[in-house]
Amino acid sequence: MTTLRNQGVPDAGHAQHLLRQMLRVRRLEEKCIELYSAAKIRGFLHVYIGEEAVAAGVMEALLPEDAVVATYREHGHALLRGVSAGAILAEMYGHAEGCCRGRGGSMHLFDAATRFYGGNAIVAGGLPLAVGLALADRMAGRQRVTVCFFGEGAVAEGEFHESMNLAALWQLPVLFCCENNLYAMGTALGRSESQTDIALKAAGYEISAWAVDGMDVLAVEEAARRAVDAVRSGGGPHFLELRTYRFRAHSMFDPELYREKSEVTRWMERDPISLLRAAMQAAGQLPDEEWAALQADVEAEISTAVGFAENGTPEPVSELARFVYSDRADDGSDVGSVAGDGAGKEGATP
Amino acid sequence: MKTTYREAMRAALRDAMQRDERVFLMGEDVGRYGGSFAVSLGLLEEFGPERIRDTPLSESGFVGAGIGAALGGMRPVVEIMTVNFSLLALDQIINNAATLLHMSGGQFNVPIVIRMTTGAGRQLGAQHSHSLEGWYAHIPGLRILAPATLADARGMLWTALQDPDPVLIFEHGSLYNMAGELDDDAGAVDIDKATVLRRADSKADGSADAVTIITYGGTLPMVLDAADQLAGEGIGADVIDLRTLRPLDTHTLLDSVARTHRAVVVDEGWRSGSISAEIAARISELAFFDLDAPVERVCSAEVPVPYAKHLEQAALPSVERVMAAARRAVGAGG
Repeated sequence: MTTLRNQGVPDAGHAQHLLRQMLRVRRLEEKCIELYSAAKIRGFLHVYIGEEAVAAGVMEALLPEDAVVATYREHGHALLRGVSAGAILAEMYGHAEGCCRGRGGSMHLFDAATRFYGGNAIVAGGLPLAVGLALADRMAGRQRVTVCFFGEGAVAEGEFHESMNLAALWQLPVLFCCENNLYAMGTALGRSESQTDIALKAAGYEISAWAVDGMDVLAVEEAARRAVDAVRSGGGPHFLELRTYRFRAHSMFDPELYREKSEVTRWMERDPISLLRAAMQAAGQLPDEEWAALQADVEAEISTAVGFAENGTPEPVSELARFVYSDRADDGSDVGSVAGDGAGKEGATP
Repeated sequence: MKTTYREAMRAALRDAMQRDERVFLMGEDVGRYGGSFAVSLGLLEEFGPERIRDTPLSESGFVGAGIGAALGGMRPVVEIMTVNFSLLALDQIINNAATLLHMSGGQFNVPIVIRMTTGAGRQLGAQHSHSLEGWYAHIPGLRILAPATLADARGMLWTALQDPDPVLIFEHGSLYNMAGELDDDAGAVDIDKATVLRRADSKADGSADAVTIITYGGTLPMVLDAADQLAGEGIGADVIDLRTLRPLDTHTLLDSVARTHRAVVVDEGWRSGSISAEIAARISELAFFDLDAPVERVCSAEVPVPYAKHLEQAALPSVERVMAAARRAVGAGG
């Protein structure tokens, strides 16, 4: 694994871009926690604080025509893929202006414009989808890449193994990004896996796999570019195990009884934002006023997004049954003729 | 022309592959083996391994890959060997295929067709014999088809492929060898409507000896047989082939019940929590005052389907049980 300390920093503009991207995720997530505590947003909320370098580094390697599949801890992936913070927050508010018109919520963000395919609350559920998206590209002769993010908990699921096998067997253009934050909810990797070297597991399927320091955005970006280039040029599926850590609990309901505070503190010393910032400062790339301006910019973006979400409109209840089937306004069970709710409206649709 | 249900399905696949280059078939043994029920026999030679794609025994993986391919613009037809095996892919079918359109606020539809066999009667034991299509019909977001005739075996696939949403096609294993005449130009069929395959003799309309028998898929031939025999006893029967279990065409059912005033539902699934329960409930909700008798149901015994022939047959609907139910409905004893 490489670290920032021995790698140096790229040009100031690019370094600042990466710093900004990570900071955008950090502030969005901090705002989510605030809004959750204020009961403005509900449901399950899983924040990405501590893991920002992973999404920030990998997204740099992608082109607009590529596809992204993520998990329930995906606000940062959505944001850095190009979904606006306003659309993300409005979704959590359950508003019509949300990226899924209030039907997805925190765990199920989708965006067709940026080819962001979720948002999947079923651990490993997105892996076969990524394989299929890549299969479609292969069959259609397109040079696109599908990137699939998932946690290390997913490697225990059958779908992980089925997907690795299919992707390798058919040599599909997919990049698997395992965000190994060491805990599947509260279960440490060593308590759930006989083999804890995840890159090695992937290699067992004849997939090129590397482990990368997931707290080092430059290392992530470099590995992702290398892997995406290989995938795009027909090299078959690739796999990155990104060793990272979430600084916060699994979700807002998690009392976090399963890990020592000292462990969290130790990892926080490798905060990906602080690491890059310090390296840039050491290289004379980040004068204090630029750092202050950067922070102010990001604060303004998130603040505008909150305003957008706050001023959004609740998706009307009259639209409840939309999007169950395409081009239909009913729930597909011929409900118009069934007085299930006592309404008895023949042929009526809500 | 003379054909079989199996040949009609194969013709439908061939036709779809020829008409739309986005269509491909994927599943266990669909290629080299020719399909575990020989539906795809010969298609590998015709279309090649990219489009007739053998998969490992990993139902969740390849069904999920089909869903992803549909998201990516293809028109996959995924074959699962039996409905029992499809349970390994439930997560992908229910949590992804059925929900993505809604959860994405209308952004991502999933135009996949998933075919599988269903049903008992061939002494295959519990793990190859169940009729779980009624379960799938519980799920909003899915369309559930059960072709019971040669015309539907030939025509439903193309219609299903035109549907922008996930469609599951259940093929009863006992139907594949069914032979008969099919129009040379048979093609796509409407999948929104149930069909009335036989009408009660008009002089029986409204009289005490008419009944509506509602069924689908593998039990349709036995219901038609029962209707023939009931006619000999002076009991007229409307026979309705549901064809589509979700969305249910309630109107066709109600129209018939309004004329016959009695209903028998024949369903190879178990009675408790079944599609027949839903149909009976709808009739009682919407046509209660048309009814002259309680809705009758002929379902499978509530046991895992056994292997031994006599036990298996005892567990399943039969011509005799359908006739007995119809007689009870018209008050003719049974």
